[in-house]
Amino acid sequence: MRHQDPSPKSDLPQGTLDLLILKIVTMGPIHGYAIAQRIQQISRDVVQVQQGSLYPALHRLENKGLLSAEWKESETGREAKFYRLTAKGRKQLKEETESWARLTGAIGLILGAEGDAQ
Amino acid sequence: MTWLRRLRNNTQVEAQLDAELRFDYDQRVAANIRAGMSESEAQCAARLAFGGLEQIKEECRDARGTRWLLDLWQDFRYALRTLRRKPGFAAVAILTLALGSGATTVMFTVINAVLLKPLPYPDADRLVTVNEATEKYGDTWQLSYPDFIDLKSASRSLAPAAWGYKGGTISAPGDAEHVDSVQISSDLFSVLGVPLLRGRAFGPQDDRPGAPPVVIISYRVWQSRYGGTPAAIGMPLVLDGNHYTVVGVAPPDFQLAGEVDVFTPLGQTTDPRMQNREAHFLPAVARLRPGATLAAAQSDLALIGHNLAGQYPKSNVGRTFQLHPMLEAAVGGVRPLLLLLLGAVGLVLLIACINVASLLLARAVSREPELAMRVALGAGRGRLVRHALTESTVLALAGGALGILLAAVGVRPFIALWPGALPRAEEVHLDWRVLLFTVAVSLLTGTLFGLAPALRTSVRALNQTLRAGARSSPGGSRRLHSAFVVSQIAMAVVLLVAAGTLGRTPLRLSSLDPGMNVHNVLVARVALAPGALTNPAQSRAAWRDVLDRARAVPGIESATLSDIIPMREGQDELGYWTTPVQPPTSQLPIALASAVTPDYLKVMGITLRKGRFFTDQDRTGNVVIDEVLAQHAFGQTDPVGKRLFLQEMGPTTVVGVVGHVRHWGLADDDGSQLRDHLYFPFAQVPDTFMPVFSSFMSMAVRTSVSPLTVVEPLRRNLRGTGGDQAIYEVRTMEQLASRSLSRQRFLMLLFGIFAGLALLLACIGIYGVLAYLTSQRVPEFGVRMAIGAKAGDVIQLVLRQSAGMIIAGVVAGILATMAAGRLLERLVAGMRPAEPLTFAAMVAVLLIAALLASFVPARRASHIDPMSALRQE
Repeated sequence: MRHQDPSPKSDLPQGTLDLLILKIVTMGPIHGYAIAQRIQQISRDVVQVQQGSLYPALHRLENKGLLSAEWKESETGREAKFYRLTAKGRKQLKEETESWARLTGAIGLILGAEGDAQ
Repeated sequence: MTWLRRLRNNTQVEAQLDAELRFDYDQRVAANIRAGMSESEAQCAARLAFGGLEQIKEECRDARGTRWLLDLWQDFRYALRTLRRKPGFAAVAILTLALGSGATTVMFTVINAVLLKPLPYPDADRLVTVNEATEKYGDTWQLSYPDFIDLKSASRSLAPAAWGYKGGTISAPGDAEHVDSVQISSDLFSVLGVPLLRGRAFGPQDDRPGAPPVVIISYRVWQSRYGGTPAAIGMPLVLDGNHYTVVGVAPPDFQLAGEVDVFTPLGQTTDPRMQNREAHFLPAVARLRPGATLAAAQSDLALIGHNLAGQYPKSNVGRTFQLHPMLEAAVGGVRPLLLLLLGAVGLVLLIACINVASLLLARAVSREPELAMRVALGAGRGRLVRHALTESTVLALAGGALGILLAAVGVRPFIALWPGALPRAEEVHLDWRVLLFTVAVSLLTGTLFGLAPALRTSVRALNQTLRAGARSSPGGSRRLHSAFVVSQIAMAVVLLVAAGTLGRTPLRLSSLDPGMNVHNVLVARVALAPGALTNPAQSRAAWRDVLDRARAVPGIESATLSDIIPMREGQDELGYWTTPVQPPTSQLPIALASAVTPDYLKVMGITLRKGRFFTDQDRTGNVVIDEVLAQHAFGQTDPVGKRLFLQEMGPTTVVGVVGHVRHWGLADDDGSQLRDHLYFPFAQVPDTFMPVFSSFMSMAVRTSVSPLTVVEPLRRNLRGTGGDQAIYEVRTMEQLASRSLSRQRFLMLLFGIFAGLALLLACIGIYGVLAYLTSQRVPEFGVRMAIGAKAGDVIQLVLRQSAGMIIAGVVAGILATMAAGRLLERLVAGMRPAEPLTFAAMVAVLLIAALLASFVPARRASHIDPMSALRQE
């Protein structure tokens, strides 16, 4: 309701934003703006993350201990908050990636079978 | 914890959140400019993409997990602000709660110190008391010395110690002074686990006849007579004319069923009772040996008791030992009373809570528009409930804090009021347990009275409120308010009727006949000159001299001696039988036995029923019995001239029968197990017993003037040739008789206070609820008056509403009172079920007060101006 989005492209299945963030953060310490940029780049503009979703998610993950954060100088010379993956976050990422793969595989199978039947 | 740290650094956390989002925004603007927008376009686009900054922040705060704490803090400050804005409301609520929690805290402080805290000995839970028990009189028996010695050598599970009471006079060093002395078995201090402050405890070498006389002195005696010098060890002390050597000093707070000044070794005593297995005069304690349980020790003792019965059938058949945890033995007697008072106080607290709850409820209803606005702005139901609970908790804690202050002031007067001596009174302090208790009670009550108004605020109803404009709808709260009033009145009825019944009890009891003339009688204990105690003939002469000197005091008509005095502590008991063959001792009926001089009957004003009382010529074998003993032993036949056999005294002849004296007090005598009473001449006491009797004889005098005026002349006259003879514990019989009702009076006073409080609070509650309900009905009354209702009709309307609640409360209260009354009857001697008159009077008091409280709002309602009331609509 709150985040009315002009382009419906960025609709993410429930809970996948956390997974994407964890994945992006494995590449090294990174600040929030860059996370959003990376997700957009890698998904070739299909997934666009709004700040209204991104920052609460980051804070939630930090609060759960999956991410840790520190303030340091960014590429522009300004202080920014950089997130990095904790050991706990790494474990969580692995588990969620596996379960995601299983799920998408299964969905693919179902969709494929349906196509055959038609 | 991290959330605590984060809360403390809340401003820093907020600044960081702001910086983080600003950084993102700036990056975005920079990216837009790089993509070719102008600066203002870039900013505009970034802001659009960003959405609401505050909303993002809010969600980040939610994600942080410290949200509830921040909310709590916010609610807390808001609660303080609203309370400050309505100081009247806050003051009434806090005072009400302070009264309730203060009274509860006082009771808990006493209960904590007396019932809950362990006794002041190391490993006190391993300490037990040892009694002997027979089927006929239960475990009320103290130990005889031979039984104690056998128990000590035979028991594997217990280390026992015993002591015997004995007054005494210290005559050197310092002035002659009567002191409390006890004779203790050598291991008493080690059994209790109390180390001596100085010197040594007694050892086995001290605990036998003929050993060098040694003494342990109290800290008080050490300070007052030896100046607290370590050199006191080894110095002499003269007690009752005998020379002792000080070997030890007890620690300052040491108590043994009261304060003791001097300890002497029990085994050195030459008292003939020491050899007598039937003389039960030694209280005993024991420490469970490591590994032994109470049950194991009890069965160990059962076996020992069985063996003793086999060895000494005459004295020990049907006799066993009984153990009790020491704490229970020390305070078991006051437990029901304390719990009863806690219950009564709890009712007062509950009434206070309900009062505050109805105040809060009324306020919640009038605040509905505000709450509706909050819901519209996004507050959830849980949030509203939490908000309301925070406010009530703030009130409760403030009330609790004030209550603790009240308790700190009130607990000492309360103990001073306690009838007789409250066991462990000196240990009563406010401590962390009490604070914890009060805080817990406050939080609990806060939740209790906050919950009803809090849960009432259903979100849907509030939406309707908003839609309906600013008008509030009291409908739902009316039922809750009525329930509050009904339960308050019910509880007030319980306390009022209990107080009324308790109030009548001492009145009724003091009109009972004590069996003697208590007016113009003075009694006192006498400590003979120590020189007179050394041989029996001298003691007898000294006692005759005491009587002569007393009779010489102007205003004294007659004087007598007795070893026991009615309605005062300390008694002498003897087993008796009427057939020439003695039944086993454990089967013997027991009688109170008074050793008296011939004038006893005259001084005490006891009626002679049959035969005669003693003369100076009665030297051997005569007794006088009271009518209760006569009935038990001889039934309808005339006892005069009959044989009566007494333990330790052998056959005697009954020469007279006298009226029964309520020895155990006006209230308690009827329910006492031991009511038979016999009298024998003091002259009949054998020489061997003279030292024991001389140490506890008392004197009673009948005066022609007010008895207290003869105290000083009597004291002067009795000082004796050596100036070292003293009277102490001087009382009038009227004081003793009145003191025997002190428990009843104490309860009457406290219940009176509680009932008064309850009545006051209930009236405030009724007034508050009705004032509120009436104000809600102002528009209705306006309509009614506009179409012709008179002021009287409106008053009637309001009173009818309150009368319904009051009557329902009274009915519920009467039912509850019947249950509560039975509890009181069990706990208070002489208490009878509430009489209909008491019931009616107390209910009438309540009804009048309640109607007065409802009349004020009713009158106010009748004065409203219909036009302005309608406009309010």
